[in-house]
Amino acid sequence: MTMVNLTLNGKQVSADVPDNTLLVTFIRETMGLTGTHVGCDTSQCGACVVHVDGESLKSCTMLAAGAEGASVTTIEGIADGDSLHPMQQAFHENHGLQCGFCTPGMVMSAIELVQDNPNPSETEIREGLEGNICRCTGYHNIVKSVQAGAKMMGG
Amino acid sequence: MAGKGIAGDIRTAREHDSAHKHVSGTAVYVDDIRVPDDTLVVLIGQSPHAHARITGIDLSAVAAADGVVAVLTHADIPGRNDCSPVYGDDPILAEDVVSYAGQAVFAIVAETMRAARDALPLAKIDYDPLAAVLTIEDAMRAGSWLGPSVTMESGSPDSALAGAPLHLSGRIEIGGQEHFYLEGQAALAIPGEDGDMTLHCSTQHPSEIQHKAADCLGVPNHAVTVETRRMGGAFGGKESQGSLPALLAALAARRTGRPAKTVYDRDDDFMLTGKRHDFRIDYDVGFDSEGRIQAVLFEQALRCGMSWDLSEAIAARAMCHADNAYHIPHMRVVSHRCRTHTQSNTAFRGFGGPQGMVGIERVIDQVAHHLGLDPLVVRQRNFYPHKFSAGTVKGRTPYGQVVEDCILQDIVPRLAADADYEARRAEIEAFNRTGGMIRRGIALTPVKFGISFNTTFLNQAGALVHVYSDGSVHLNHGGTEMGQGLNTKVAQIVAHEFQIDFDVVKITATNTGKVPNTSATAASSGTDLNGMAAQAAARTIKSRMREFLAEQHQCMPDSVTFANGRVRAGGAQMSFAEAVKACYLGRISLSATGFYATPKIHWDKARSCGRPFYYYAYGAAVTEVATDLLTGENRILRTDILHDVGRSLNPAIDIGQIEGGFVQGAGWLTTEELVWDEAGRLRTHAPSTYKIPACADRPPVFNVALFDDGENTEDTIHKSKAVGEPPLMLAISVLMALSHALESVGDDYPMLDAPATPERLCLAARRLGGPGIALGDK
Repeated sequence: MTMVNLTLNGKQVSADVPDNTLLVTFIRETMGLTGTHVGCDTSQCGACVVHVDGESLKSCTMLAAGAEGASVTTIEGIADGDSLHPMQQAFHENHGLQCGFCTPGMVMSAIELVQDNPNPSETEIREGLEGNICRCTGYHNIVKSVQAGAKMMGG
Repeated sequence: MAGKGIAGDIRTAREHDSAHKHVSGTAVYVDDIRVPDDTLVVLIGQSPHAHARITGIDLSAVAAADGVVAVLTHADIPGRNDCSPVYGDDPILAEDVVSYAGQAVFAIVAETMRAARDALPLAKIDYDPLAAVLTIEDAMRAGSWLGPSVTMESGSPDSALAGAPLHLSGRIEIGGQEHFYLEGQAALAIPGEDGDMTLHCSTQHPSEIQHKAADCLGVPNHAVTVETRRMGGAFGGKESQGSLPALLAALAARRTGRPAKTVYDRDDDFMLTGKRHDFRIDYDVGFDSEGRIQAVLFEQALRCGMSWDLSEAIAARAMCHADNAYHIPHMRVVSHRCRTHTQSNTAFRGFGGPQGMVGIERVIDQVAHHLGLDPLVVRQRNFYPHKFSAGTVKGRTPYGQVVEDCILQDIVPRLAADADYEARRAEIEAFNRTGGMIRRGIALTPVKFGISFNTTFLNQAGALVHVYSDGSVHLNHGGTEMGQGLNTKVAQIVAHEFQIDFDVVKITATNTGKVPNTSATAASSGTDLNGMAAQAAARTIKSRMREFLAEQHQCMPDSVTFANGRVRAGGAQMSFAEAVKACYLGRISLSATGFYATPKIHWDKARSCGRPFYYYAYGAAVTEVATDLLTGENRILRTDILHDVGRSLNPAIDIGQIEGGFVQGAGWLTTEELVWDEAGRLRTHAPSTYKIPACADRPPVFNVALFDDGENTEDTIHKSKAVGEPPLMLAISVLMALSHALESVGDDYPMLDAPATPERLCLAARRLGGPGIALGDK
């Protein structure tokens, strides 16, 4: 067992978990934040993307112990009270979702994409989201959402 | 708000009802439900063999392992050991024989998934391997069929074929497809008093799981309640195959008295569940020099896997779409339902229709190539007559249904003009004549897709509507939400009926305790059926309100109006909530059920004829592609779509279905390849090896439009048309465009199979005399 201490959505949390607990398991099961989803278990689909110290990361690819001392932000931690983060708002308004299962990871990846590149071209968005799989939308409205989100984020 | 209409009315692009929850991470899927601390997990022990006799099972070490609470085999099932949808041929847990690699043999019930996984290798099971039939080829050779082959016939196909001036024949092989819903199969069982069981399932078919769970537990249906709030995608993969995880969770909960959950991880999901059927289609076609097709003989062989599942109806739909949009007077379709020792193939968006359609599109394409005509010209020459044609010239399908609503003559020329098809095709052919390594192709293909379940009795639905005394509305219906926006559309319909804002209508989880004996949400029919049922329920309540308010305000019931959130009766005018309150105080029932059964349809399974479909949905797509002859690497460059949804209930949701369906279909026909090894083990069981389209695969130019003159000729809900499945088949344009790109390589027709992977394209180019060294070419 390992005692893991980290900042989760701005709050200090700690828990004693088996050494090999994945960050996503820590978030979903130990901390009960189920907005972060597991789609493939093998670091490919992107449904579990969170931010670790500001960088987007597939949380099934990192041990919870590896995030010791880090600041972890999940989909539940990006809204400002009742008002959605601009990228959340953009996905909402632009029909950038259908079943919604990939959406949290998609939004988290998109936020980092725009933070790194405030005015992404359509091609940059398409390539930047290659690590996030969506089976429903055909990606058209996802790209549109990210473009709108980038504008709303002040790009 | 008076005069401005209601918010979220029908025909508006109201966003998905759960959109806010989706983006904020608060939408609850089965594995997100808060469960009691003592909830157990279920892990399935799978067969490593495709076909073997079980000669010994020793699970004592598994049972003794840390954290394992129980181990289940078929002997632990108190009722019936079956999770099949139709024919009783899918054991929950294998008995004496295993019939595919991946089949469930036992289940571990443990405190944690880690404990279950650690215990899994401790199982000692002895198998005596048996000969396995794996492919369509094997099955056809061995005569391994699930049932007798079925024939559909119209006209005099043999003599018409013999009498036709020109002939071609050929074969196309069409691969299967994994659903890859992002949320894997999942179910949670919570035991209750009196042997009751409550199940939360990610399923398109709560009623079936209720009935199957009751059968396996040995209790009446009333002892089991199944609830489904939403699925993280389904695409047909959760129509029948959600039963196994649900039944195992129920059995575990019954055995232990504790809640239990089965959640497949991705690899297990691939190994355990059936997929879209792969097909082999042989054809003989007779035609004239103008490309008019006089007769076609099709032999469709489909790989069903180890049991029927839904294959009989899927095979029937494949036969019913062997004509697609074309009026072919003489036709025979023979369907061979191959039994193999592989996963039991199942429903997948289109339900056999897409494979049937690929067959005839290949025929048309090859005929055009033979005659040196533009395939679009040949297509248009063979279309079913337009809906305004005289009754005497209307076309009859090979299964006897008269095509009364054909609008391809409106859609196709408009799309061809908007997409500049003719000029682009000329430019592409000129480009290809320059002989470079990159070749481009373009194709326009139509879709005519029959709407209704082929199995007539399934075309029924129920709804339950309560209006509370504050004027808020509780809506429940038998359909399930898998991302397609069904709940949004049905709530729009109810809001429209009462003339209240969308947000006044509360969408609630599908629950077998509220609406019983429902059909699966499938066959694109979710809105057609449940929208009508919900409308009927709302109309019953409205009519009771009208009667009461008319009496109170001394007017005729018919003169009481609901508009823009207001109710007018005689000289009185009040808000909807005030009207409801008055009715409540007047002791008027404000709760009603609604029911709908699709009219006009019938189907004679034995003779493969009837009117299985209430109406047809139409559409067409133009796709341009490029491929590298040396590597087979290929891209979609541009797609234009014009699709008919009748009068759209929600254009944003409809366009989303079209875009998503097209891309999913393009994946099926290009990148998504399922590979089983010689021992019958599926080797592509994760996204590392099985490639569904990613964000950059979407066509860079992607113009999607609704056919704005669309209106259902039948009396469907607000004259709309179903949209779930038909757009997937628009992607046949991708396969045909790739074939066109290869046509420039040599004189022969490319005979391209699907999926058209880089490997297949490369080999086809080589076969046609193109450059490069083909893989495996010695």
